[in-house]
Amino acid sequence: MSIELKNVTKAFGQVAAVRNVTFSVKEGELMALLGPSGGGKTTVLRMIAGLEMPSEGDVFIRGVRVNDVPVQQRNIGFVFQNYALFKNMNVFKNIAFGLTIKKWQRKAIRDRIEEMLNLFGLEGLEKRYPHQLSGGQRQRVAIARALAPRPSVLLLDEPFGAVDAKIRQELREWLVTLHHDLNMTTIFVTHDQEEALEVANRIVIFSRGLLEQVGTPREVYDTPANEFVARFIGVMNILELVISGGFARCNELEFPAHGQAEGQKLRIGFRPYAVQISSDLAQYRYRAVLRHTFFLGVFLRVELELPSGLLIRARMSKEEYAQQGLEDGKEVSFQIRQYRVLAKESAGLEPETEVSYGQAPILGENI
Amino acid sequence: MATAIPKSNLKTAASPSQRGTEESPFVKWLLISVALVFCLIFLLLPLVNVFAQALAKGWAYYWASLTHPDSWSAIKLTLLVSAISVPLNVVFGLAAAWAIAKFTFRGKSFLITLVDLPFSVSPVVAGLMFVILFGAQGFAGPWLSEHNLQIIFAVPGIVLATVFITFPFVARELIPVMQATGTEQEQAALTLGANGWQTFWHVTLPSVKWGLIYGVILCNARAMGEFGAVSVVSGHITGQTDTMPLRVEKLNNEFNAPAAFAVASLLALLALFTLAIKTWLEWRQAREYDRAQKVGPVESREETQ
Repeated sequence: MSIELKNVTKAFGQVAAVRNVTFSVKEGELMALLGPSGGGKTTVLRMIAGLEMPSEGDVFIRGVRVNDVPVQQRNIGFVFQNYALFKNMNVFKNIAFGLTIKKWQRKAIRDRIEEMLNLFGLEGLEKRYPHQLSGGQRQRVAIARALAPRPSVLLLDEPFGAVDAKIRQELREWLVTLHHDLNMTTIFVTHDQEEALEVANRIVIFSRGLLEQVGTPREVYDTPANEFVARFIGVMNILELVISGGFARCNELEFPAHGQAEGQKLRIGFRPYAVQISSDLAQYRYRAVLRHTFFLGVFLRVELELPSGLLIRARMSKEEYAQQGLEDGKEVSFQIRQYRVLAKESAGLEPETEVSYGQAPILGENI
Repeated sequence: MATAIPKSNLKTAASPSQRGTEESPFVKWLLISVALVFCLIFLLLPLVNVFAQALAKGWAYYWASLTHPDSWSAIKLTLLVSAISVPLNVVFGLAAAWAIAKFTFRGKSFLITLVDLPFSVSPVVAGLMFVILFGAQGFAGPWLSEHNLQIIFAVPGIVLATVFITFPFVARELIPVMQATGTEQEQAALTLGANGWQTFWHVTLPSVKWGLIYGVILCNARAMGEFGAVSVVSGHITGQTDTMPLRVEKLNNEFNAPAAFAVASLLALLALFTLAIKTWLEWRQAREYDRAQKVGPVESREETQ
């Protein structure tokens, strides 16, 4: 186990930024700390680094409790959100800083920097100052500087936050490649679920200082632990149902529910791709009007308005959309193939139909 | 139709036009002239006059005025006082600016007000304050004379008054610079293994370099030029407690204008010298950036944020 947090709480004055968080990161893993801003994810990262001290609980790095180990001795590489490059030093001196502090030999420093410049495609830029670099170059310098002294863990705070969309995509792929090559335990913080799903081996999801779920991208996407995760990861239709006459109902939608107390409330969620649409009004049970079509590339997202005014989001391929002859304003029939009950204590609903997923959802597609 | 627009038309249309936010040429010209004339009359002319008056009786007289034992001792005293008070205020200024910019604590706004106090108190009042504290009739007077220590009408008093007056210069220059820089660079240094002292020396100090240099220049100019507070505590003992500004006044009162201006010209030269140093340092920095810009690939400049 590379990094372990046990019952960690961090309070700033009266406010608890992190509440009783426990999770662990395996050696060589690429882990994402995901959550909305103010969720406590950056505080967790800074506690691992030693830039913040936990109010309660313990932090372990490679089995050693590091609560009392100062940041200088934790042997971590930290990349700040805005890179925090030393403005008065050129690229060479920035990357050399950690090595000079650790009193490496001159020759060794020179060789190591050569190696880092090659690895990060920064050759020829060593004399430049941070303000003379592009956003992408700055980030690579920041990561090179963190990695030069051979840390045991690499920590990145919102690594892709400060660059524009196109470069962000390149940097993501580059980070995955880099992690693959170095095989170093890496933890990064992000508020972008797409980014976490695409890049990480595993994801820890935070909200309001609480740990909501830990799992692989597949796990948190397919089996969200609760409503927060379901809403936060990808797009999810969420309905509040009330039991009446053996059925759980929400407007005209009804789902079989046996042995549930009359009047009880529960919530279900389903992904847009679980909604099947047909232009043949007799094919499926429910009717709706196609209110709006969103173009997402290979896929389209359509918004269905039920007669009662309820809105449901569905997803389909461009080809299917064309085959069915769909367009905004057209009346269609639909069914919900699969859904999850989100409040666990009120489980007891049966799936409406036993249809399995036709094709695996493409992660990161914002379906 | 679109192809019909000749290139030259575009050019002539673009060059004389002004941006919508720009003033008319007349207003622009007027403002520049007013500023220039003002500088000429109130800054350049008096400066030239100082040197003209100083050299009115020739170089030999000028040299003799400066090397007169009393003037020479005033020059030495001024250098001594600023050599003590400037480093003291650099240390204090760095500490205060650091505390104010990087920490949150109770009484922070009180500390900021306190730093500004010497600006708002009249120098004469400041001088009197020290006389009341340390003078023969003052609070600490009896104790001091018992231990044979003299502060007022002696060098320690002059240093105290100068430190008080120049108190805010370094701190006031550094606070905004440090606030703008934030603490991320220091934190980065810590994660790279640097201890507090290394972080301060390699990261904090260089990043506030310009503010510090500017603060030191202002502080030094004021330390050497301070008249009011020093005048109250010095006692005007010729050859012993006269600083350069006091010496200038004394010579002027003795109707020895060329000698007074000779000493004054030294103070003016000092100001010009510090300005030259600052300009040179800035130029050197710019040249270094320029050189760095020219090496290596210039690709992907368009992705600069």
